[in-house]
Amino acid sequence: MKHLAEYRDADTARRLAAEIGRIVTRPWAIMEVCGGQTHSIIRNGIDQLLPPEVELIHGPGCPVCVTPLETIDRALAIARRPGTILCSFGDMLRVPGSREDLFAVKAAGGDVRVVYSPLDAVKLARSQPDREVVFLAIGFETTAPANAMAAKLAAQEGLTNFSLLVSHVLVPPAIQAIMRSPGNRVNAFLAAGHVCSVMGTWQYPPVAAEFRVPIVVTGFEPLDLLEGIRRTVAQLEASRHEVENAYPRVVDERGNEAAQRVIAEVFTPVDRAWRGIGVIPESGWRLADAYAAYDAERKFDLGGITAEESPLCKSGEVLKGTLKPNQCPAFGRECTPRTPLGATMVSSEGACAAYYNAGRR
Amino acid sequence: MADQPFPPDFSQFTCPAPLRDRPQIVLGHGGGGALSQDLIEHVFLPAFGNPVLDRLGDSSVLDLAPHLAGGGRLAFSTDSYVVRPLVFPGGSIGDLAVHGTVNDLAMSGARPLYLSAGFILEEGLPIADLVGIVARMAAAARAAGVAIVTGDTKVVERGHGDGVYINTAGIGVVPPGIDLGPKQVVPGDAILVSGTLGDHGMAIMSVREGLEFEAAITSDTAPLHGLVAAMLEACPAIRLLRDPTRGGVATSLNEIAALADVGIEIDEAAIPVSPLVASACEILGLDPLQVANEGKLLAVVPAAAAGDVLAAMQAHEHGRAATPLGRVVAHHPGRVALRTTLGGSRVIPLPLGEQLPRIC
Repeated sequence: MKHLAEYRDADTARRLAAEIGRIVTRPWAIMEVCGGQTHSIIRNGIDQLLPPEVELIHGPGCPVCVTPLETIDRALAIARRPGTILCSFGDMLRVPGSREDLFAVKAAGGDVRVVYSPLDAVKLARSQPDREVVFLAIGFETTAPANAMAAKLAAQEGLTNFSLLVSHVLVPPAIQAIMRSPGNRVNAFLAAGHVCSVMGTWQYPPVAAEFRVPIVVTGFEPLDLLEGIRRTVAQLEASRHEVENAYPRVVDERGNEAAQRVIAEVFTPVDRAWRGIGVIPESGWRLADAYAAYDAERKFDLGGITAEESPLCKSGEVLKGTLKPNQCPAFGRECTPRTPLGATMVSSEGACAAYYNAGRR
Repeated sequence: MADQPFPPDFSQFTCPAPLRDRPQIVLGHGGGGALSQDLIEHVFLPAFGNPVLDRLGDSSVLDLAPHLAGGGRLAFSTDSYVVRPLVFPGGSIGDLAVHGTVNDLAMSGARPLYLSAGFILEEGLPIADLVGIVARMAAAARAAGVAIVTGDTKVVERGHGDGVYINTAGIGVVPPGIDLGPKQVVPGDAILVSGTLGDHGMAIMSVREGLEFEAAITSDTAPLHGLVAAMLEACPAIRLLRDPTRGGVATSLNEIAALADVGIEIDEAAIPVSPLVASACEILGLDPLQVANEGKLLAVVPAAAAGDVLAAMQAHEHGRAATPLGRVVAHHPGRVALRTTLGGSRVIPLPLGEQLPRIC
């Protein structure tokens, strides 16, 4: 923890916030892309330190939130199959499908397990050869290397009872989609530090140039976030639109090339539906054809499952930054963490849940 | 109980009696016949034995008059224990079954006197495991100065239980003049906590999920009535005590705010968390305020007495790391607010239920 305390120092935080207040001259809307950043901003009250000119918009960077309802329903269908174990990260258990969530399937006798790594699911498949083990592989670029390794490992061992239900999503296409969307208010982005630790920063200069938008790679601790915001505001005030790395202790330009190689071998780009936003071209990964045997969507016939979103849920507008969570008519009424209508109210990284839990009614 | 080895070493264990030559619990052990008697004679009585229990009546008869003389009042509580694994770093289900009920009584200011113990055993449980758990339970009861005076055993079919479930009920006596409760809480009161938060929950989670940290996180399971007695001696006008078990401090503080209809404000910088638990929570995306404790208490005390109570806590073995946590306020009744280290604030919500590790 001693390496975290130095990024949480209150005096330095106040100095950075004051510096932002000194350089800002007019209103700017800055989107933090990653749900982990949203969580930290709300948890630490960072937005409360900022001058009124700086507005933070909470982006679509919570993988739980943007996973389409269909994928959840498919996971639920798999979990209901006898002889099957569905493994998932903890957050996903409470995400509502069309009719129920994984907790409900578990209570009805489905075998649903929380794992901390997809490799634990591979281990489970190895130890239970007479059961089908399916890992719900969602997430951004950050979780992709471990998920890719799970498929690779299963293939190396010749496991026939392991598969992945993949719904991976990618940051750069999402930034492009937000910049192209009508009514976009975003002036600059804090790019997700941990995504960049895997992918590097080389993908971003063309995006910054095309949309003339500053992109600052930013970490997750209070001082990381304030420094990212400070650099973003400095660029905006100087009419610059560059890619800057404000998280150099973790991120470099090239990223983790070994991880990128595994990802390129196991996954292939695909048009992906984002919950509340819609289909974004080439914005996700699915398993490459060489790994088709480990693709749960191909292994189990799930094609017929489609789903309708709640008409009350405005999470799409929240994810695009055109609506604050507490401006949604259903917020805190029909939609609470106990009765979430959309995924942004489920995950602690979701903007709606973060607002609700911090008492921002 | 941190000095006990983990996992426990049963290699030297020899069964004290033939137990009809069965090394495992069978359905007959709950049938009330000879096998049941075997368990009582060879497992429970040797561990728990005391003059009241040894009479083996259908109920135990307790003479409470001396304890209640002078205006003492009876406190009565029950709790069930379903922890998995049964033995964990720092304790076992046996320790919890004693400490949990003892602490529930202590939170009313009561001195715990008697416990009941109901066991639900799963067919196939190694009797050696049961003996180990019962031994720890007996040691915990002895250390806490309570007698286990009545009990029951049932056996369920294999697959219908997690080895052992234990229910304990307890009786204690609240001394005259002590009246703890939410209606006593008023704005201006200080909130104290008896030590680091989240140790029990993270100890269980790290074992259950096979998470390996640099060193084992140890459960804080402990009886708190001695600490409570010392605190009440320093200030009989303590307003309210809570042991923040499941749901952690976040749940207890929300309950206090709701029941007393007051606001509560705590300081992020004041939250005591051990470096190991802090790291584990950071890795798993959990909030130490929501993680269970089994040997900690929260105290709401008159501000003027806070220094004396804190000193009394720090002088007691189970309160050495006691520290002020926050205060009761008149605004935002029913809500718990946290002042962040950076000077912002946020509401601490009532946790929903199970803690779910975040994805990234």
